[in-house]
Amino acid sequence: MPEQVHVAVALEGAGWHPAAWRDPSARPRELVSPAYWRELLRTADDAAIAFATVEDALSLPVRGEAEPAPGHVGGRLDAVLVASFAAPLTRRIGLIPTVTTAHPEPFHVATGVQTLDHASRGRAGVRLVVGAPPAEVANFGRRSDAISGLPASGRVEDSPEVLAAFREAGEFADVLGRLWDSWQDDAIVRDVATGRYLDADRVHRIDFEGEFFSVTGASIVPRSPQGRPIVTALAHQSVPYRFAAEHADVVFVTPRSAADAAGIRTELDAAPRAAGTPLRVFADLLVLVEESRSEARAAKARLDALAGAPLASDARIVAGTPDDVVEEIRALAAAGVDGVRLRPARLPRDLLAIAERVVPRLNAADALLDAAADTLRGRLGLPRPESRYAREKALS
Amino acid sequence: MSRPLRQVHLAAHFPGVNSTTVWTDPSSGSQIDFASFEHFARNAERGLFDYVFLAEGLRLREHKGRVHELDVLGRPNTLAVLAGLAAVTEHVGLVGTLSTTFNEPYELARQLATLDHLSGGRAGWNAVTSSDAFHGANFRRGGYLDHADRYERAGEFAALAKRLWDSWPDEGPRADPASGVFLDEGTPSRVRHTGAQFDVDALFDVPRSPQGRPVIVQAGDSADGRSFGAEHAEVIFSLHAEFADAQDFYRDVKGRLAERGRTEESLKILPAATFAIGDTAEEARERSREIALQQVRPETAIAYLEQIWNRDLSGYDADGPLPDVEPDTGSELTHGWANRHAAVRARVDRLRGIAEADRLSVRELVIRLTAQHTFVGTPGHIASEIDRYVQERATDGFTVVGHLTPHGLDEFAERVIPLLQERGSYRSGYEEGATLRDLLGLPSPVRGDVPAGAR
Ligand SMILES: Cc1cc2nc3c(=O)[nH]c(=O)nc-3n(C[C@H](O)[C@H](O)[C@H](O)COP(=O)(O)O)c2cc1C
Repeated sequence: MPEQVHVAVALEGAGWHPAAWRDPSARPRELVSPAYWRELLRTADDAAIAFATVEDALSLPVRGEAEPAPGHVGGRLDAVLVASFAAPLTRRIGLIPTVTTAHPEPFHVATGVQTLDHASRGRAGVRLVVGAPPAEVANFGRRSDAISGLPASGRVEDSPEVLAAFREAGEFADVLGRLWDSWQDDAIVRDVATGRYLDADRVHRIDFEGEFFSVTGASIVPRSPQGRPIVTALAHQSVPYRFAAEHADVVFVTPRSAADAAGIRTELDAAPRAAGTPLRVFADLLVLVEESRSEARAAKARLDALAGAPLASDARIVAGTPDDVVEEIRALAAAGVDGVRLRPARLPRDLLAIAERVVPRLNAADALLDAAADTLRGRLGLPRPESRYAREKALS
Repeated sequence: MSRPLRQVHLAAHFPGVNSTTVWTDPSSGSQIDFASFEHFARNAERGLFDYVFLAEGLRLREHKGRVHELDVLGRPNTLAVLAGLAAVTEHVGLVGTLSTTFNEPYELARQLATLDHLSGGRAGWNAVTSSDAFHGANFRRGGYLDHADRYERAGEFAALAKRLWDSWPDEGPRADPASGVFLDEGTPSRVRHTGAQFDVDALFDVPRSPQGRPVIVQAGDSADGRSFGAEHAEVIFSLHAEFADAQDFYRDVKGRLAERGRTEESLKILPAATFAIGDTAEEARERSREIALQQVRPETAIAYLEQIWNRDLSGYDADGPLPDVEPDTGSELTHGWANRHAAVRARVDRLRGIAEADRLSVRELVIRLTAQHTFVGTPGHIASEIDRYVQERATDGFTVVGHLTPHGLDEFAERVIPLLQERGSYRSGYEEGATLRDLLGLPSPVRGDVPAGAR
């Protein structure tokens, strides 16, 4: 029996190539239109893709620069709201918006993602992004601890500021989980005879006091179909691996090769983990798909020339045929990842290629893992967690 | 020739978490399922309402550390629901209540601009200032904001949001593949603001939305609240719905517009109103009474008094006289209910006076205290009353609140709206592509009318 993997997609503006918006298939003036996002997410939904992440940030998408570069896409929509918009338009796909942990209120994020879970009947998640780059800090003007990047060593543990940002993100995730648990499943009793709508003993304050937050709770939203929506994070090195192992259900990693993927998996498996559930490891691949290798190479070269530099990415780049992408995925599967998250270089073109050429081939090779389940959690083979407060009460 | 009729504007309020909502009725559905919101919004759209209106919840109501058990409690996140509704409706406006105290301008402005894009120009923001330590306990900033600073923050917030929305050109990004220019130099323009509440140097990341600026709604009533309304609001959701009082409020608020260079049409006033419909006046009165008794059940009435007395009154009979014990004016405050610590004793005395004078039981008193303005009568009577308010400049319409979820406004849309249409004071269809601003008859925002230091 071949190794099987889940397939997810990461949706970003016009695609992950900086010049993607200049591709003939691109619709660069529609990146903030409802039609664009409806079509992308329905395409992914129809293709039996497990989930889509929607990228976001709280600044113009300029990486480390004070002013936007004229050749780069600028302007986008709030990802939680894009996912909420897509919920009633889709049937099966998981919807995972990106949220940064440095500015938003965990209370608002918790209730927003719970609402997405209710509206999608159990298909919600969130991707947490740690830290606040200077452009975001200037937009908010609320904090003085902007992080302009990793220290010269490139290692998170060498920067007290970045370490602090990870601690803040850890608290953020912790508060989300507690708020999501704060209503037991059966808190609403609607007992007409006694006039009780709710059993107050089944709604719990979280009374969280941390280094960065204090949140009293409970959530204003009753417990959602998945109990706790899926938490995800992208991680490239040890401190983020530990953050993901401790707080996430799904981690996105960027192995350079199948062997590298196996090593990352081993490190992740050794990290301490709070939840009793398994951590799902997804390898990211940036893909540009054409029918022949030469066409793919030519298309990438054209975009590279337009961008003025070859495509650089934290994730491995596959510019090739559908079979090439399938081969990469199968090698990663053999190395022990649970899934792949494909970052289309061009939208909608490479998403269509994934939907119409890649996923069917994986399916035909019996390499696609797709449990029949009503919720995203179920689809990923993860159990539905019980509220920690219900558990505590049962024990006491 | 007669003057053209003033047009009635109607908003549809989704019944919230309070004793207005009758959850014990067998036809009462979920307050949480998206399907409830979808039904509600689609019905509002069938009734050609201007917008659906959602309140905001920032903390569960509680008393002495225990959440309320008797009323509906819990609701979804306002923005997330509205974004979902944008996908399943085409015409009706989508207005959410969102606090200026527990949000940041950059983030909320981009969420509202996103909603405006996703809905094709149907977004609105009910800017409320609700701030106290009780709600603050759920947020990073905590309950730091003094009562007096709430509107300072609200004013700076709204001005900053407008400047962020204005910072992109109407035509959006250049996005010219041939030249490779996505953003023209200087697009968006930088928004610098230094004030008592905010200090930002921002580049907004959402291109200009269909309405330019989402519609701003406001619901505060203090002097500061009215000034904020006159400065920023395009709709006021008021509680002044008795005819004479409504006319006074209307004159007062609209009278504040000219000195700010605004026209009367640039602000609509839509007070909250409930209704009870019957085939005859008598039947409607009976229906109204039934609804009140469902809303204020005996245990609800006692719980209501416990908020005020701040003590256990469970031994008292809701159908009997007011409790003879004195209120506990000790240290602990009741939260999430309109209670004012300092005035407890005076309030109890006043209530005793009313109950004695009119020989009211506990339950009857609570019904009177919690009653909102209600139109009671046949569909014809209700339509003519609504029309009278609008033609005689007491309001520009109403924010209609039903008592059932999600079918609360079905009967209103089916029976009252057609009669308003017959009278000629209500639209007979939506215009294709109309924005919320168009539905409300509001002028387009004038870019740059917000001074940098504006409050
Ligand atoms: C009709 C009405 C509805 C309101 N709805 C909300 C609400 O849903 N959420 C909230 O936080 N505050 C709400 N408020 C509070 C007000 O926006 C405002 O913050 C409060 O009334 C204090 O302002 P004021 O002193 O000017 O009245 C509402 C107020 C009114 C009058």
